[in-house]
Amino acid sequence: MSIKRRTFTTLTAAAALFAGNAALAQDDVRIALVVKALGIGFFEAAAEGAEQAAEELGNVEIIYTGPTDTTAEGQIEVINSLIAQQVDAIAISANDPDAVAPALQRAMQRGITVISWDSGVAPEGREMHLNPSSNPLIGRTIIQLAADHLPEGGQVALLSATTTSTNQNIWIEEMNKVMGDYPDIEVVGTVYGDDLADKSYREAQGLMQTYPDLDAIIAPTSVGIVAAAQAVVDAGKVGEVNVTGLGLPSEMAGAIESGASRSFAIWNPIDLGYAATMLAYNLATDAAEAGPGAEVGMGRLGNATLDDNNEAAMAEPFTYDASNIDQFKDIF
Amino acid sequence: MAFLKSREAILAGAILLLLALIAWRFPGFVAPDNLARVFNDTSPLILLALGQMAVILTRCIDLSVAANLALTGMVCAMVNAAAPGLPVPVIIAMALALGALMGAVNGLLVWTLAIPPIVVTLGTMTIYRGIIFVISDGQWVNSHEMSDAFKALPRAELLGLPVLSWIALVVVALFALLIVRTPLGRAFYAVGGNPGAAVYAGLNVGRTQFWAFTLSGTLAGLTGYLWVSRYAVAYVDIASGFELEVVAACVIGGISIAGGAGTVTGVVLGALFLGIIKNALPVVNVSPFYQLAISGGAIIIAVAFNARASRSRGRVILKSAEHAS
Repeated sequence: MSIKRRTFTTLTAAAALFAGNAALAQDDVRIALVVKALGIGFFEAAAEGAEQAAEELGNVEIIYTGPTDTTAEGQIEVINSLIAQQVDAIAISANDPDAVAPALQRAMQRGITVISWDSGVAPEGREMHLNPSSNPLIGRTIIQLAADHLPEGGQVALLSATTTSTNQNIWIEEMNKVMGDYPDIEVVGTVYGDDLADKSYREAQGLMQTYPDLDAIIAPTSVGIVAAAQAVVDAGKVGEVNVTGLGLPSEMAGAIESGASRSFAIWNPIDLGYAATMLAYNLATDAAEAGPGAEVGMGRLGNATLDDNNEAAMAEPFTYDASNIDQFKDIF
Repeated sequence: MAFLKSREAILAGAILLLLALIAWRFPGFVAPDNLARVFNDTSPLILLALGQMAVILTRCIDLSVAANLALTGMVCAMVNAAAPGLPVPVIIAMALALGALMGAVNGLLVWTLAIPPIVVTLGTMTIYRGIIFVISDGQWVNSHEMSDAFKALPRAELLGLPVLSWIALVVVALFALLIVRTPLGRAFYAVGGNPGAAVYAGLNVGRTQFWAFTLSGTLAGLTGYLWVSRYAVAYVDIASGFELEVVAACVIGGISIAGGAGTVTGVVLGALFLGIIKNALPVVNVSPFYQLAISGGAIIIAVAFNARASRSRGRVILKSAEHAS
């Protein structure tokens, strides 16, 4: 008797648990935010934005995940485990546009909504891509940041991340397209710091040696811009070489303070994580469908309009300098 | 004459040739102050390579040095950010102790559990990197959060050279003394050269390896502080992949991977060889797409050269017997 009762209790408990699970699965939309690597300030801020969106939507569970180093292999493992967990949507910032595409295609075949944001995936591997800003705008912003402090013109050099970084390469390409508007500014070279502090530092030193008249270093990458600023300080060239580009206020506060960097720009990563989550939610719940010309809602940020490649832009980058750095350095 | 044929002389010759090649493309590279800058930039590599040398001499390998460096660096940076008033010598003592502790963990696992060192240090490498995530929560420690004294030490100049370079020079001298003049230093060679014979000579193989790992860890800890204060930033990925460069410096410097052979001079030259390549590639205008291939190619050539040089010729013994048959 007692054994029977115990079995019965266990069964009821199991049934209740099962029902609970089913209810949970019905209610909560599980959106995975996959980043290039864990532990990068920018992505931590994006995750915060995703949580804001989840709070606003109410029935969303955010899974913030990514590999421990910036490799495509690591991301593929993460994607495979997300497929096994049957999440509803994946929003990814890719380490390699092509390498992760097959894994993401497998996810889409299993009914998972896939979008990319920040650093894109090849079109066959996602339903849409959200650029933090439009690439032409960023390309113009980074050269404008340098030009702002070079009224007479001068020499500038680029310090990028890796040779295969999707976003950095596109921004530099777009920058080159508008160079005609800056006839007095000469881009003397492009070097790659691989997003490692020591290599970026060394490359920045190399630039200052190779081009003694260098006026500005443009680093459209957060590790590179910090390392370049430190290299300029150590070389005693503050005031001669202006380090600018894209960086985070918290990481650049010291460089602004020392004068190595006059100004830099970044979009709001909190908004970016927020927008990616909103888009993933709207696509996963079939509130909208991705396609050329389609409009998908981004909550408080309005609508994203998709172009022929199913890509959309969020907003313009924002310039930070000595006047506003203190206000933002504690935020992200 | 024997010196001219030694591996160190050949490597020194290769370095001079390399410098000549670079000077041909970019003459400013061989200016004395630039060479001093290159040496300064190579100092962390020299420090780690010396520790690695002790480990490799005892037939082990330490893949956790870069992770040890990163964790110690992060702890130093976080302590400094939390308590800016703490004097730098205290932070350095802490870095040494923490590095030694992490090295000792490797050593103990190798000694007491007799796990192959490559497995132990692969494991601890991941564990140490993981701990950085846990303690830092993935956050960076940025330059404006570090105290000025913390950042000033490695770049302070003493007799024309930065302190970072002086530390490397002093450690090289002490290390050479340890290797050549102390029982422990000789034990490294004995244990790696022939563990069986070492046991019969009364040496404890496991304990010698333990001390090699502890030494390597201590130097990694010291480098951790220097690295973080030099680049004025601490984050999870600092010095990522650096352990391979450290092993490469040892191998180029003629430390036998099979243990028991190699010199301090060789290791320093090996590290300088890599340091010169790393610093020269940005200024000689080589396409960045080729830079990795060139670094890798240089390593393989150097190692192939070493392997050829160290191959001992077979000896025909019992000549009379050979003729008789």
